[in-house]
Amino acid sequence: MSAVKPVQTNSTQFRLPNDRWRPLEILFWLIPIAFYFLFSGYLVLGSQIMIVGLFAVSLDLILGYAGIVSLGHAAFFGLGAYAAGLLAVHGWTEPLTGLLVAAVVTAVFGYLTSFLVVRGQDLTRLMVTLGIGLMLFEAANKAAFITGGVDGLQGIVMGKIFGVFEFDLYGKVAFIYSGIVLFIVFVILRRVMNSPFGLGLIGIREGGRRMPAIGANVNQRLTVVFTLGAAVAGIAGALLAQTTQFVGLDSLGFSRSAELVIILVLGGTGRLYGGLIGAAVFMVAQDYIAGLNPVYWQFWIGLLLIVIVLFARGGIMGGVVAIVENIKQRAAGGRK
Amino acid sequence: MGNLIGVLFDGVAYGSLLFLISVGLSITMGLMNFINLAHGAFAMLGGYICVMLMTRMGIPFLASLPIAFVGSAIAGLVLERTLYRRLYKASHLDQVLFSIGLTFMAMAAATYVWGPQQQPVQLPEWLRGQVSLFGLEVGAYRLFMIGVVVVITLALGFLIERTRFGAQIRASVDNQAASAGLGINVSRVFSLTFALGSGMAGLGGGLGIDILGLDPAFPIKYMVYFLLVVAVGGAGTIKGPLLAALILGIFDVAGKYYVPSIGAFVIYGLMVVLLLLFPAGLLGRRT
Repeated sequence: MSAVKPVQTNSTQFRLPNDRWRPLEILFWLIPIAFYFLFSGYLVLGSQIMIVGLFAVSLDLILGYAGIVSLGHAAFFGLGAYAAGLLAVHGWTEPLTGLLVAAVVTAVFGYLTSFLVVRGQDLTRLMVTLGIGLMLFEAANKAAFITGGVDGLQGIVMGKIFGVFEFDLYGKVAFIYSGIVLFIVFVILRRVMNSPFGLGLIGIREGGRRMPAIGANVNQRLTVVFTLGAAVAGIAGALLAQTTQFVGLDSLGFSRSAELVIILVLGGTGRLYGGLIGAAVFMVAQDYIAGLNPVYWQFWIGLLLIVIVLFARGGIMGGVVAIVENIKQRAAGGRK
Repeated sequence: MGNLIGVLFDGVAYGSLLFLISVGLSITMGLMNFINLAHGAFAMLGGYICVMLMTRMGIPFLASLPIAFVGSAIAGLVLERTLYRRLYKASHLDQVLFSIGLTFMAMAAATYVWGPQQQPVQLPEWLRGQVSLFGLEVGAYRLFMIGVVVVITLALGFLIERTRFGAQIRASVDNQAASAGLGINVSRVFSLTFALGSGMAGLGGGLGIDILGLDPAFPIKYMVYFLLVVAVGGAGTIKGPLLAALILGIFDVAGKYYVPSIGAFVIYGLMVVLLLLFPAGLLGRRT
């Protein structure tokens, strides 16, 4: 992994990590606004991209920063979706508090399961996360009297946001709602990951056995980030439930977890933005190719994965960064 | 009482099938330190080879099994030589992604060639029905399967404990660098072992069509079970997966028989508990 650069002999490097927003980032966040006006026919797809993007960012905290390979992250997404959906079905239709409740529920579940995950090595973690996901799936499947089982949770009716903005058929309000929630959560996560806590996670990822030597409590940090990731995934799930007014069993399924890992790796891990870019590219491609034939789609996504692993480690973000660095180095070389 | 023994017998048959398919994965994970989620795809390949040979060419069931072994072993050998070996030193995340990608491609290819439906299997007459064993009626096919797995396991034990090649495998598991220094061609041992493991998976896939079924979703549907056997048993051993497969087989069958309302919950719960108690597997190496 090339995310950690050697410390430069520049006195500013020893202060808190730089949290200033770069122009490119500000430009990035103008894209959804442009999208709203330019592609008003695709707002439903747009809000789905933002929701999956938020979900992918939540996995990035765990996988990209802390280096825990999780194959069961959909557990939290689905739990959040069911929490928000069930709340709405039983009469509590206010969206924002619904999000909050979903976040709290998944955070608690994430905190409890984090102790199972933090123990052990890669393979054990992989299996335990997979197991937790599958258990939740089975639970939701068998408890059909609560969740609707294979038919999914139907009859979700959401109230107006702030009592003013009503979800419309064209997905305008859903798009703006998802966009604002995504932005707020992202700003918070960006701040957290650019703090010493985030740096500590990178340290654990790069060499967990050495971190205790500088006084870091590895397990505690992993527990915190796992809980945080779970809560964010829960918010993403709740957003999906509220904007589509439906929760399916597949929101908990293994294929959703696997797909999410693919999205994140496609975009690039350990940078937060990778999840958003991966979600956009993946979902647009899926929307296009799966329309032709779902079997082909699966074939191409498999091939894409193999190519990424063999030739393009670091994903789209990694590739872009490598090109930018290359140009910078050439420019610097030219000056000498 | 008869019920209990019947469930135990079915559990053992199911477990021994799981063992046959998973033991190759245990070796890949232990010897080569490679998390190979595509292992089920080799089993699926073996299954399709069996079905094709029997339905299209009229080759008898017993004769199609060794061909399924050889076919899957060759596929494993080719993939190991071309793709897998490049990723031995890669991170576990890369290996997971690579093998998921391979699984997706195998599933899509199987759907393309054979269609999404379940494949039928025509068992020979003498394998259908029940036989009497110590006064107990048991499925003839399940008895046959246990017999095959016992023979294979003994052969595998002999290969690993008594032959020169087995000694090379054991040496390479323990210390690759030292083995290479002693003149063992570690990369060749890897290739052959991988082929052996894939072949056994293919054999298991062919043998298991009647019990596990066969359709393009096979590699994903049973991926968890194969991984479970290895993770719970401990990678890199033979006895570990055997023990784990038997335990899991019995619990899965018993769970589905006695408490069908919670279904697969039993097995996942058992897995999480076992992994917490034995993070390196029941008989795994402590590193």
